[in-house]
Amino acid sequence: MRRNLWRRFTSTFAIGAVYALTALALVPLGLVLWFTAVKGLPSVTHLEFFINAQRPSGIPGGGVANAIAGTAIVVSLASLAAIPVGVLSGIYLAEYGAGRWASWVRLASDVLVGAPSIALGLFAFALVVVPQHHYSAVAASVALSVLMLPVVIRTTEGAVGLIPNGLRESGLALGLPRWRVSLQLILPAAAPGVITGALLAIARAAGETAPVLFTALGNQNLVLDPTRAMSTLPLVVFRDALTPYKDLQQEAWGAALLLMVIVLVINLGSRWVLRRQIRLAQQL
Amino acid sequence: MAAAVDSVRRPASIPRPPDRYRTFTAIVSWAAPAALILIVGVLFQQAWPSVSRFGFGFFVGTEWNQVTNHFGALPFIFGTLVTSAIALAIALPVGIAVAVLLAEPGAQGLRSALGTGIELLAAIPSVVYGIWALYVLAPWTLLHIEIPITDHLASIPFLGGIPRQTSLFTAALVLAVMILPTLSAVSRDVIRAVPRGLRESTVALGATWWETTWKVVLPAARAGLFGATVLALGRALAETVAVAMVIGNRPEIPTSVFSPGYTLAAVIANEFAEATGDVYQGALVELGLVLILVTLTVNVLALLLVRSASARPAV
Repeated sequence: MRRNLWRRFTSTFAIGAVYALTALALVPLGLVLWFTAVKGLPSVTHLEFFINAQRPSGIPGGGVANAIAGTAIVVSLASLAAIPVGVLSGIYLAEYGAGRWASWVRLASDVLVGAPSIALGLFAFALVVVPQHHYSAVAASVALSVLMLPVVIRTTEGAVGLIPNGLRESGLALGLPRWRVSLQLILPAAAPGVITGALLAIARAAGETAPVLFTALGNQNLVLDPTRAMSTLPLVVFRDALTPYKDLQQEAWGAALLLMVIVLVINLGSRWVLRRQIRLAQQL
Repeated sequence: MAAAVDSVRRPASIPRPPDRYRTFTAIVSWAAPAALILIVGVLFQQAWPSVSRFGFGFFVGTEWNQVTNHFGALPFIFGTLVTSAIALAIALPVGIAVAVLLAEPGAQGLRSALGTGIELLAAIPSVVYGIWALYVLAPWTLLHIEIPITDHLASIPFLGGIPRQTSLFTAALVLAVMILPTLSAVSRDVIRAVPRGLRESTVALGATWWETTWKVVLPAARAGLFGATVLALGRALAETVAVAMVIGNRPEIPTSVFSPGYTLAAVIANEFAEATGDVYQGALVELGLVLILVTLTVNVLALLLVRSASARPAV
């Protein structure tokens, strides 16, 4: 009897401990969101923050417009390369992916997800910056596209794999060639999932610092030419946060808040789309 | 007659049109493996000035001197391993607890809210963790963890010395937060893959929730949980900017976890843009090469473990 009481007590205690540890896991999330919001807010409430380029310490009116434009350009170029390649690879894995080669592609993309992003920066430096003899946004895009590729591949494979075989077979029964079935029937049906994957990849690329450190390098001026050095939001946070100047540190917090809001909005939005897609696909 | 039947059964072989679409997508799908091989190849080629000059001594050298062009990787390897190990030790109990809760059947509302929270934790850019750790976490850790410990427990090895805001310990704490989502998400999948019958039959025998979880479910998921841990280790080894902002950036082997140190990824991030000369640049690239080879190995190992755990036939 006493033994059973002890067992029940242990179990209740363990449940309590599991809940407590889980609550502990969410504490840093709350702290990061709270402090970034509070410390970043004084920066982002000024309009100049969004329309002016960076200025040296001590000169008021500085903003991060150059970094916003830089992030947009670098990430767009990376998407242009990574999304089509990733989607086609993902389609291959979903449609023809039973063989040994496909399993190598899967392993390679799963491993690539975990590849250190700093190594991708070194890779793009050697591949683009060294031959060109100068830093450029294009080099950063090369690094980021390698980073995005595996995310797009795996989410596309998942989304296309969810489409019921009946749709595929009805298309083939009508005499459509495989490529039309795949691109005009299956891909539109899987579009929400594919778009989710692309957005997640974009959010991840927009937040990366290490691959752009010595490819895009950073630039105080507003530059739109992708063959020149550029700044991105993570670069502003990284460089400004480590300066001893209070106004630049404030700028870093502002950039961090802006970056966090962009990334979280893309993330939450795309996950919501994905959940709906899965629910709809289950109804089919 | 016989010939006609035969021809109906086996029509003269009509050559099937080649599936060009398949060929095309197959070629495109070379991109990922090709990128992987190309990265390792290019890094090796760039690292060659250092590889050829220092040989194996690179891994045991402790000097990092740009003036005399003497480069050794040991302090960075040490810092990377120690921070990752401490981070794992902190994150492991929490991550498994979250995974156990997430994998438990029922209470969908709470579970999906919790899952979203963990996903958001993974989505926050590492540089945001970095600035938060530098200005909020590090001062707090110094006052409330590092100073009390160094005051009272200094006699224990690696816990003495003069505490600093930017230290191995602070870096490990940030890493623990950053690897938590990977750890709990993968562990959740692994625990979910444990056959339901196993759990149910244990409960039917009269075991409590804790006995079921601790003595049956978790041991059954052991291999996969180990895989999740190794995967999280890979993430911790590879993390760059958040660590670079709080580790103190000192290229020596520290005697205390509260002293500044350095990691492989952090030194590349800080020094590469300003590095001049083939040997110096080569040495930094070689650090990157070491890092990517280690993380790739760790990741392949982890993926194989997790896959074999998830692919087990249901009972």
